[in-house]
Amino acid sequence: MSATGTIIQAYESLKKAAVIKVEALKQKPLVLVGTATCGRAAGALNVLQTFRDEISCRSLDVEVKEVGCIGHCYAEPVVIIAKPGFPALCYGSVDEGMAGRLVTDFLINDDPCYEFAMAALEPNDQFPTFADFPRGVYEKKIILADCGLIDPEDIDHYIAHDGYAALAKALSMDPAEVLEEIKNSKLRGRGGAGFPTGLKWEACRNASGDQKYVICNADEGDPGAFMDRAILESNPHQVLEGLIIAAYTVGAEQGYIYVRAEYPLAVTRIRTALEQARERHLLGESILGSNFNFDIKIFQGSGAFVCGEETALIASIEGFAGVPNHRPPYPAHAGLHSKPTVINNVKTLSYVPHIIRNGSDWFKSIGTPDSPGTAVFALAGKVVSTGLAEVPMGTTLRTLVYDVGNGIKEDKPFKAVQIGGPSGGCLPESALDLPIDFDSLQQAGAMMGSGGLVVLDEDDCMVEIARFFLDFTQKESCGKCTFCRLGTKQMLDILTEITEGRGKPEDIDLLWELAEDIKAGSLCGLGKTAPNPVLTTIRYFRHEYEAHIQEGRCPALMCKELISYAIIPEKCSKLCNVCIGSCPVEAIYTRDDMLKAIYLDKCVKCNSCMVACPPQYKAVVKVSPPIVERGGSQDEQLSNHNN
Amino acid sequence: MDLQDGEAEVIRAEVDGVLQRHGLERENLIPILQDVQSRLGYLPKEAMQQISEALKIPEVDVYSVGTFYNQFRLNPPGKHQIKVCMGTACHMMGGHIILESFERRLEIKEGETTPDREFSLERVACVGCCALAPVVVVDEKVEAKVSPIRVDGILLAFEIESKKSGEIEKPVEEEGRMQ
Repeated sequence: MSATGTIIQAYESLKKAAVIKVEALKQKPLVLVGTATCGRAAGALNVLQTFRDEISCRSLDVEVKEVGCIGHCYAEPVVIIAKPGFPALCYGSVDEGMAGRLVTDFLINDDPCYEFAMAALEPNDQFPTFADFPRGVYEKKIILADCGLIDPEDIDHYIAHDGYAALAKALSMDPAEVLEEIKNSKLRGRGGAGFPTGLKWEACRNASGDQKYVICNADEGDPGAFMDRAILESNPHQVLEGLIIAAYTVGAEQGYIYVRAEYPLAVTRIRTALEQARERHLLGESILGSNFNFDIKIFQGSGAFVCGEETALIASIEGFAGVPNHRPPYPAHAGLHSKPTVINNVKTLSYVPHIIRNGSDWFKSIGTPDSPGTAVFALAGKVVSTGLAEVPMGTTLRTLVYDVGNGIKEDKPFKAVQIGGPSGGCLPESALDLPIDFDSLQQAGAMMGSGGLVVLDEDDCMVEIARFFLDFTQKESCGKCTFCRLGTKQMLDILTEITEGRGKPEDIDLLWELAEDIKAGSLCGLGKTAPNPVLTTIRYFRHEYEAHIQEGRCPALMCKELISYAIIPEKCSKLCNVCIGSCPVEAIYTRDDMLKAIYLDKCVKCNSCMVACPPQYKAVVKVSPPIVERGGSQDEQLSNHNN
Repeated sequence: MDLQDGEAEVIRAEVDGVLQRHGLERENLIPILQDVQSRLGYLPKEAMQQISEALKIPEVDVYSVGTFYNQFRLNPPGKHQIKVCMGTACHMMGGHIILESFERRLEIKEGETTPDREFSLERVACVGCCALAPVVVVDEKVEAKVSPIRVDGILLAFEIESKKSGEIEKPVEEEGRMQ
C-alpha cells in the first residue's frame, strides 16, 4: 500500500471511532457549560456545579460537559442544552436558580424555558437561531466556528468535526504543494502586521540548515484583546493542527507554543490537547504512519509585552531577557538557536487547517482581495454585546459596532473606537464607514493589531486614553533604544501634566514632535507604534487636548484632577440616604435641611454615590472645571460655580 | 530582605528539587525561575545564587532575567494576592478606581504587601476578561464587574473567614454577592 493510503486509512479509523463516540452523546440530553476564563469570571463554575448536583441527586441520565467560549461574553455564563426531540438551545446569563429550573422544567419535563433562551443552534420551527439576529447575519465564523460547541479537553470532539482531516490531507501532499496552497490563499499574519504567511514559510523552507523550528505566538499582551485566549481555551487542537502543518511544510521537527503565564487555563488545556494528540499519533514519531516526526513544547511567558515581538520572543525562549534584535537576519533565516524559525500567531495558524481542507480559492472568496478571510475582534468597552466577533475583512466599523455589537450602552452617542491596542489608534465617528482591513486601518493612522476593539462613548476622555496607553508602553519598553525608553517617558510626563490640569499650550506640538522621533528612532514594533494612540487622538480630538490645557476642563468628565462631585439640592430627596451609605470614605453628610452634600476635601472621587443615587433623583453630578476649594463642603460653592 | 530562622534551608531544598526536575541548560532558566517562584512565592536572593551556580551562568544574568519579566517578584507575597486588571477595557470601566479602593482599604500602594503579610496588591496588564470589566483576580479567582463596594465585600469575606478559623464554628451571615 502507498504511504498516502496508510495516512488516510490511519485518519479514517481515528475519525470513525470519534464519530461513534460523539454520536452516542447525541442519544441522551447533553448540557454544555462555557467555562473559559470569561465564563468562570461570571460564575460558570457555580452553574456547572448546580447542574451536576441537580442531575446526580435526581439520577438523571444526562451528560454535562465543559466547553470553551461561544463569543457572546455579554451573556456569560452561557449554557447550551441539546435534548433529543428539541432544537439545541443556548441560554445566556444563567445563574444557579435558572440552572435548577432548566433541570426540572426542561431536562425532566419537556418545557424548554424559551423565556430564558437566547437562540437555537440550528434552524427549526420553534425558536430563532443566531443567524436570525443581525449579529448572525454579519458574522462569518471560520476559526471560531467550533469554539464553545466542542469539548476542548476531548480530542474526539474535534476529530468528529473534521479535525485533523487537513493534517491527513497535507501529509499526503508534497510540502511544496502545501506551501503553494497557503501562498495562493494570500493568508496574512493575524498578529497585527499582516505579513503574508506563505512568504514567511517559503523563506524558512528555502533556508539552509537541517534543523528548523516553528513557534506559535500566543503571547497576547495587548490589553483589551482576548481572542487568542478564547481560541486556545475553546479549541486548542485547531491551533496544534495548524502548527503541525506548518512544521511539515517548512521541515521542522520541534515546535513551541509561547503562551502568556496570565492564561493558566489555556496552558492546562493545551497540555491536555498535546497529550491526547500524542496518544493518537498525531504528534511524535511517524505522525499518522508517515515518516514525518514532530513534537511541541509549551513555553510560558513571564509577563513582558515586548515578547510578542518575534526576536524578543526567541530571546525569551533561549533564557534571556526579552530584548528585540536587529532584523535582518529574519527569524525565517536565523531564529531560535540561530536556526531557521517560523513564528505565527494563534489565529494565523488556526486558519491553516481550514485553508488546506477547503482550498485557497474558498478562502479568497471571503473578505477583500488584498486581505482575504475573516477578522476576529474582541469587542469591549461601551458596546452592548461585548465578546468575540468574527466578520469578513472589509466589514465596516459601523456594522461591527452597531449591528454585531448592538450599539452603545444606554444609547449614548458614539465617540471613538480604540483599535489595535497600544500599537493602534483611536478612530472617530467619521471613520465608522471605513472597511476594516490591514491597509485601510494603517492609512487612518491605526493598526489592525491583534484585534482588540474598545468602543468609547462621550464619558471617555481621549487624552486620558492616550495617557493610559503611553503609561503601558512606557512601562513595557525593554529599554534598548533610547528614543523608546526616554521618549515615551517624556510623552507620558507631558500627558500626565495635561490630564492633571497643568498642561501648557506648546505641549501639543511637543508631543507630536516627540512622537515622530520615537517612531524613527526605535528598533522594534513596540517603539515604532507606541506613539500611535497619541498621534490619532491629537489628529481627531485636538479640541479635547485644548480644553484640558486652556480651560482646565475635561469635556468627558473623566480626569479626576479636573472634576468635582456635587449633589444638586433641587434634585436631592430628604427621604433618601443611599449616597451616604455608598460612600467608602464618609464624605457625604446631611445638611440641616436634611438634603445631602459632599465634603470636597474628603471625597476620593470613586463614583460610588453617582451609581448609588436612585434614577428618579439623579442628584449627583460631576462638574468640570472642579469646584475650587473654599472650606469644607460643596454647599454654596456649587451655586457660585454655576453662576 | 532578611530571612527567618530555617528559611534558608527550605529555600535550598526547594531549589535543589526544582533543579533536579529541569535540565541545566540556559534555555531552562525561565522555567526554573517560574518553578521556584510557584513553590516559594518569590525569588529570594539565595535561590538566584544557587541557580546561577548550577547553570554555570553569572549571577547578574539570573538577576537580569528575574527583574526583566513582570511575573517575577523579589519579595515574599501576602497570603492573599490581589491583582487588579489594568487593561484598556478595565481602565475605561473604572479599574483605577478599584485599585485606589484597595489601596485605601489595605493602606498599601500597588506592588506592596501589608505589614502582617496577609494581602499583597498588584496590577496586571490584562487577564483577558475584557467583556466583564472591571476585573480583579483574588487568589486565582476572577471577580467580574467589581465596584468599590464589592472591594469592601471581598475584604470582609476574608475577615470573616479568618475570624471563623480563629473561633469555634458559628454561622456568620456573609454579605451577599453584588450584582
